[in-house]
Amino acid sequence: MSLFRLHNPSKMAAPRASLRLVAPVWNRGTSGIRGLSKAVDPEGSQKKGRTLLQFLTDHFYDVEAVREYLLRKQVLKVQKKNRSFTYIKERYGPYVAGAYFVLKQGGAVKFRDREWMRANEQGLSSLEFRKLQEVPVEAVDASGCAINYQGLDNLLALKELQSLSLRRCPHVDDWCLGRLYQLADSLQELSLAGCPRISERGLACLHHLQNLRRLDISDLPAVSNPGLTQILVEEMLPHCEVLGADWAQGLKVGPEEQSRDAASSPIPAWPSAPPHQARSLPGCAERPTAHPSGSVWLTQLGGSGWGEGRRA
Amino acid sequence: MCQDLFVQKPRREMYWDGKVSEIKKKIQSIFPGGAWNPLYDTSHLPPERSDVVIVGGGVLGLSVAYWLKRLEKQQGAIRVLVVERDHTYARASTVLSVGGIRQQFSLPQNVQLSLFSAEFLRNINEYLAVVDDPPLDLQFNPSGYLLLASEEGAAIMERNVKMQRQEGAKVCLMSPEQLQKKFPWINTEGVALASYGLENEGWFDPWCLLQGLRRKLQSMGVLFCQGEVTRFISSSSHMETASGEQLTLKRIHEVHVKMDHSQEFQPVECAIVVNAAGAWSGQIAELAGVGNGPPGTMQGTKLPVEPRKRYVYLWHCPQGPGLEAPLVADSSGAYFRREGLGNNYLGSCSPTEEEEPDPGNLEVDYDFFQEKVWPRLAQRVPAFETLKVRSAWAGYYDYNTFDQNGVVGPHPLVINMYFATGFSGHGLQQAPAVGRAVAEMVLEGHFQTINLSPFLFSRFYFGEKAQEHCIL
Repeated sequence: MSLFRLHNPSKMAAPRASLRLVAPVWNRGTSGIRGLSKAVDPEGSQKKGRTLLQFLTDHFYDVEAVREYLLRKQVLKVQKKNRSFTYIKERYGPYVAGAYFVLKQGGAVKFRDREWMRANEQGLSSLEFRKLQEVPVEAVDASGCAINYQGLDNLLALKELQSLSLRRCPHVDDWCLGRLYQLADSLQELSLAGCPRISERGLACLHHLQNLRRLDISDLPAVSNPGLTQILVEEMLPHCEVLGADWAQGLKVGPEEQSRDAASSPIPAWPSAPPHQARSLPGCAERPTAHPSGSVWLTQLGGSGWGEGRRA
Repeated sequence: MCQDLFVQKPRREMYWDGKVSEIKKKIQSIFPGGAWNPLYDTSHLPPERSDVVIVGGGVLGLSVAYWLKRLEKQQGAIRVLVVERDHTYARASTVLSVGGIRQQFSLPQNVQLSLFSAEFLRNINEYLAVVDDPPLDLQFNPSGYLLLASEEGAAIMERNVKMQRQEGAKVCLMSPEQLQKKFPWINTEGVALASYGLENEGWFDPWCLLQGLRRKLQSMGVLFCQGEVTRFISSSSHMETASGEQLTLKRIHEVHVKMDHSQEFQPVECAIVVNAAGAWSGQIAELAGVGNGPPGTMQGTKLPVEPRKRYVYLWHCPQGPGLEAPLVADSSGAYFRREGLGNNYLGSCSPTEEEEPDPGNLEVDYDFFQEKVWPRLAQRVPAFETLKVRSAWAGYYDYNTFDQNGVVGPHPLVINMYFATGFSGHGLQQAPAVGRAVAEMVLEGHFQTINLSPFLFSRFYFGEKAQEHCIL
């Protein structure tokens, strides 16, 4: 490859000053939720020895152009995944279109009175959901899917959605939360745990969801004050249970609580696919035995439910 | 000797006489003791020529530069220079702004501009992506705007909302009962109707947008210069219209950019000048000769943009509205919004024409808050009766005294000066879309995506007001 070495004075002269208020969550090299939660100093990462690629980008226009092209391609890939399936919508109706969208992204869907469905190795054609044109979708588990603002169109058409799980979705941000008011009539459970781009500003527009009974906002790395945010969200949604910051975080754990913590999973399992049917909604004081089939977390802790976890 | 007085030298010789004396002066200065120093450092000066010179480095100027570089036909085809007087942006309207974005306007063009700008801000990390730099976080609060109307304004509000919904904005109307139910901290006395923006409305951090634009422009090869524009060198030509009217068309050839704290200036040859100087656009237009003519003619029509001072106050109210509070704009003109998680609020009120403060400085008048802002706020939100002002600042509106809407597009007589100014308080939220419109005008000659012909300069001469009623 012939490289045109061009002197680029503006790039060399201008120091790579970091921006003032940058949510330190998109660091390259983080993996999983734990990596995203670490607060990263943007200055530090730049001083730590620029890689060869960054050096080449600074000095050669060709390398910069190739890297820009690769960046754009990544963005286009996500956009392609989130295109709207107008043909399917017209032919089979909004429920099937929404279900197809979620299944294609790798999530799971639950129609009313049916089991949870997930795309398997044979692909989507083996699932018979195309026949379910009139059956509304009750629950969607889109954990880890690459849904963005455009793709949310398909989900917002599901007007009878009761439970939505958007855990660890990397492209769901505050703008997307601003659209959820369209599901206000039916949505009762919402989980946003582990989404790297959601902050307390997006959580402010959840006040439209007056029918919400369970909200999970734990482990949001972009939220600056998780404890205070949880209090304000609880005030905003008085009828909703908010699962947020772990109150025991940072405090010294006593011996009896230590054994209990070791038994429980670090992230409370949402009633998500595949194993479980939709639960009837818990009130604050209900004992877990009243639920048709408890979640993994509840059975492991031997009967301590929502209330116990919060008082701990 | 008498013969010499009556014989004129031929013109050729007079020309060469001048040249010879110049050469003699230069040779004298080369010798020690002379003033000739050809190898001095000029890196602080702007380049000697540039295709487009943008006067003003605020969000509008940077947006025009961005779209010019993005829409150019071939990469590197257009050389753009942005001249900004103050790189600390101490008095720039952009960074002193409250930072709101809304689609609730009374003109369809404003709604379209704002909708595109919301889409730009939403996808800002695709538009302004720079390799190896961290992504931008605009700190956007999608909480929406709540505009309240009294009896007189209710019919206009309903008409406006209908138009906004037609353009694609997600706005809903609320009755006083619905309002009371949704936001119990509001006192709905005197409110006949409310319009609430549900999507794409809220507020964000303008400094972050500015820095993001600067960073992206530096990577695209736009040149920045810190200096003040003091003079335009232009040439005129006299033309006659089809109806026999005499016109003087001007074309700007050079822009003199004076350096900070010195008399040194650099004449920059340019093809196009964009006036994005914000509150000082009127002065720049005068320098270019806009308005030099008998009043009542197109030549005598000045650019009616002047700086107007507006205050913004930050207060703390322990029992104030919660996290769900939108930016509430009362019918009396007072508005407020939340700031952060700690029950702090930002707000102010636009003064009437008689109360206009002196725009000579940016001093804050706290009495204005006591007398004008606080009573209106406390009447609307009873919790605000107990509050404590923490701080305040003042900024300029580039106020268009004609109809409070922007001026976009070329001047009919100074043919290579384009305007992108005069937005009277809603410039920041429309900047991305206006930048694109001006770039289209410069590159293609007409507006392509959003038709902003009601915002051209010629409306000042013809008296066609494009009045914006919802000004905050």
